[in-house]
Amino acid sequence: MGEGVSRPVARARIRWMGLLVFAAAVFLLGYPYVFTAPFPQHLMIRIFLFAALAQAWNILGGYCGQISLGHAVFFGIGAYTSTILLIRWHISPWVGMLAGVLLSLAVTLVVGYPTFRLSGHYFAIATIAVGEIARFLVANWPFAGGAVGLYVPLLREGLRTFEFHTTKAPYYYISLLLFMAVTVATAFLEHSRAGYYFRAIRADPDAARSLGIPIHRYKLLALALSAVFTAMGGTFYAQYVLYIDPESVLPLMLSVIICLVAVLGGVGTLWGPVLGAVVLIPLSEGTRVYLAGMGGAGRAFDLIVYGAMIVLMSVFEPTGLVGLWRRVRRAWR
Amino acid sequence: MILLQGVVNGVLLGLVYALIAAGLSLIFGLMEIVNFAHGQHLMLAMYGAYWLAVLYGVDPLLSLPLWAFALFLLGVATYWLVIARVLRAPMLAQIFSTFGLGVFLQSLAQFVWSPDFRLVPSPLVKGRVEIFGLFVGVPELVASIGAVAAFAVLYLFVMRTESGRALQATSEDREAAALVGINSHRMFALGWGIGLACVGVAGVLLSNFYYIFPEVGFPFALIAYVTVALGGFGSIPGAFIAGILIGLTEVLSGLLIGPAYKYLFVFLVYLVVVVARPRGLFGRY
Repeated sequence: MGEGVSRPVARARIRWMGLLVFAAAVFLLGYPYVFTAPFPQHLMIRIFLFAALAQAWNILGGYCGQISLGHAVFFGIGAYTSTILLIRWHISPWVGMLAGVLLSLAVTLVVGYPTFRLSGHYFAIATIAVGEIARFLVANWPFAGGAVGLYVPLLREGLRTFEFHTTKAPYYYISLLLFMAVTVATAFLEHSRAGYYFRAIRADPDAARSLGIPIHRYKLLALALSAVFTAMGGTFYAQYVLYIDPESVLPLMLSVIICLVAVLGGVGTLWGPVLGAVVLIPLSEGTRVYLAGMGGAGRAFDLIVYGAMIVLMSVFEPTGLVGLWRRVRRAWR
Repeated sequence: MILLQGVVNGVLLGLVYALIAAGLSLIFGLMEIVNFAHGQHLMLAMYGAYWLAVLYGVDPLLSLPLWAFALFLLGVATYWLVIARVLRAPMLAQIFSTFGLGVFLQSLAQFVWSPDFRLVPSPLVKGRVEIFGLFVGVPELVASIGAVAAFAVLYLFVMRTESGRALQATSEDREAAALVGINSHRMFALGWGIGLACVGVAGVLLSNFYYIFPEVGFPFALIAYVTVALGGFGSIPGAFIAGILIGLTEVLSGLLIGPAYKYLFVFLVYLVVVVARPRGLFGRY
C-alpha cells in the first residue's frame, strides 16, 4: 500500500472516530435529561457500575491472566469501610472511599503474597476460598452488622454527603465517572510497560520470568489496580443502595457475575467488559422485571441464560463477544 | 466423650467428602481440568433421589444405582459435548466451560424447582443408634458405609481391571498410552462418567438426611476442592485420607471454636496446604 492511498483513508477514519466519540459523549452526558424516569437511569447506573467492575477484573484476569473468583472481597471492603466510618465516626463517604481503597491495597498485599505462588486452577480455587472466608468473617462480626447488615444513615442530599434522594442523575454521573476512570486507566495500561509485562505473564509465566520480568511484583501490581477500582465500586454501591449486608456485597455470586461480564464481552480487550455489561445487565434487569410480572421473581432466569452463554462462548468463541464481532466483521469484508 | 463423638461424626462426614472429592480428583488427574460444576452435579443427584421418593415413593437407597448410572451418562455426555471441545483451549475457556455449566444447572434448578428447602419424606433409614455410648445418626452411618463401598469399588476398578489400568496409563502419559492403542478420548469420557457417578452416589446418600435446595452442592464442591488439594490433585487414595482429615477439621473446629467458624477452618487448611505443599499429601503435580 502506498503512502498516498493510506493517508486520506486514515484521515477519514480519524474524522469518523472523532464524530463517534463526540456523539457518544453527547449521548452519555445528555442521557439523564432525556430519560428522566428512574428505571432507565437505574439501568445505566448498573451498566456503568458493572462495566467498571468487569474492567477492573479484566486488568488482573484478562491482561495478566490470573482468574480471580473472589473479587467481591474488594467490593465488600469498599462498601463496608465507607459505611462503617460514616456510621461510627461520621466520616464523609468520599474519605471513606479513599480509606476503602487503602484498606483494599493492604489486603492485596496480604492475600496476594500467598495466592500468587499458585497458578491456574489452584489460584482460582484459592480466590474462592478467600472470598468465602471474608464473607464468614463479616457475617460473624457484630461490629460490622453481622449477617443483618448495615443501613447507611440518611443525610441531607448533596455531593458532600454522597447521597441523593430526589433524583438518580448525580449517581448516574458519578458511576459514569468511575467507569470512565477505569477504562481510561486500562487504555493507558494497554500500551504501558506494565501492560506488556502483564500480557507476557499471561502468555507464559516461566518465559516471562526468564526474560527478567519480576512476575510476582507485576501480578501484585495488577491485583492492586484491580482492587482499587473494585473497592471504589463498593463504596458507590453502598451510597447508591444505602443498605449493605454480606449477602449483597460479599457473595460468591457477585464475584461470578463480575467475571461473567468480562468473559462474555471478551477478556484482555479494552471494549470487552463494556460490551459484556451492555449486553448482560439489560438482559438481567429485563428478565427480572418481565418475570416479576409473571410471578417468577427471584428465580434467577437471567443466570440460566448467563450460564448457557458462558458455556457456549467457551466452547465456540473463547475470545467473547469482541472476538465474535471481529469474526463477523472479517466475514463481511 | 464429646470430643470422641466429634471425632466419630467427623470421620463419618469425611468419608462422604472423600467420595465427592474422588470424582473430582479422577477427572483432574486424567486431563488437568477442574470440574467447577461438581457441586451442581451433586445437587442434581440429590434432587433426583428426592423426586423419585416424592413422586413414585421410591426410597433413595433403592434409586441409588439408577442415579449413579444417570450421572455416569451425564458425565459422558458432558465430556463429549463440552469438555472435548475445550481440551486444547486456553485455561480460561476450560475454567469457564465447567463454571458456566455449574451456573446454568444451579439457576435452572432454582427456576424449575424454586429455592425452597426440601427433605425426603420418611426415608427407609432414619433415627439414630447408640454404639458404646456414642450416638450416631443412621442415615449418616449408611451414607459413610455406602461411601466406603463406592470407594472400594472405584479403587478395585482403577487398580485391577483392564479399563482401570488404561485409565491410569492415560493419566500417567496420554501420548504414551495412545501409542499402545488406548484411545484417550474414550478414557476421558470414561473418567467423566465415573467421576460424576461418584458424585451421584454421594448425592443420593446425602439426600437421606440433608436439606435439598439449588445451592446445596456449592459448599460440598468447595470442600471437595479443598480435599483434592490436600490429598493431591489426581490421587484417589489421597482423596480418601484428605476427606477424613477435612471432615475432622470441620466437625472439631465447629465443636471447639463455634459452628459459625467451621468452614473458615476448612478454607484456611486449603490456603495453608496449597502454599506450604502445593502437591498435596499424595499428589504428583
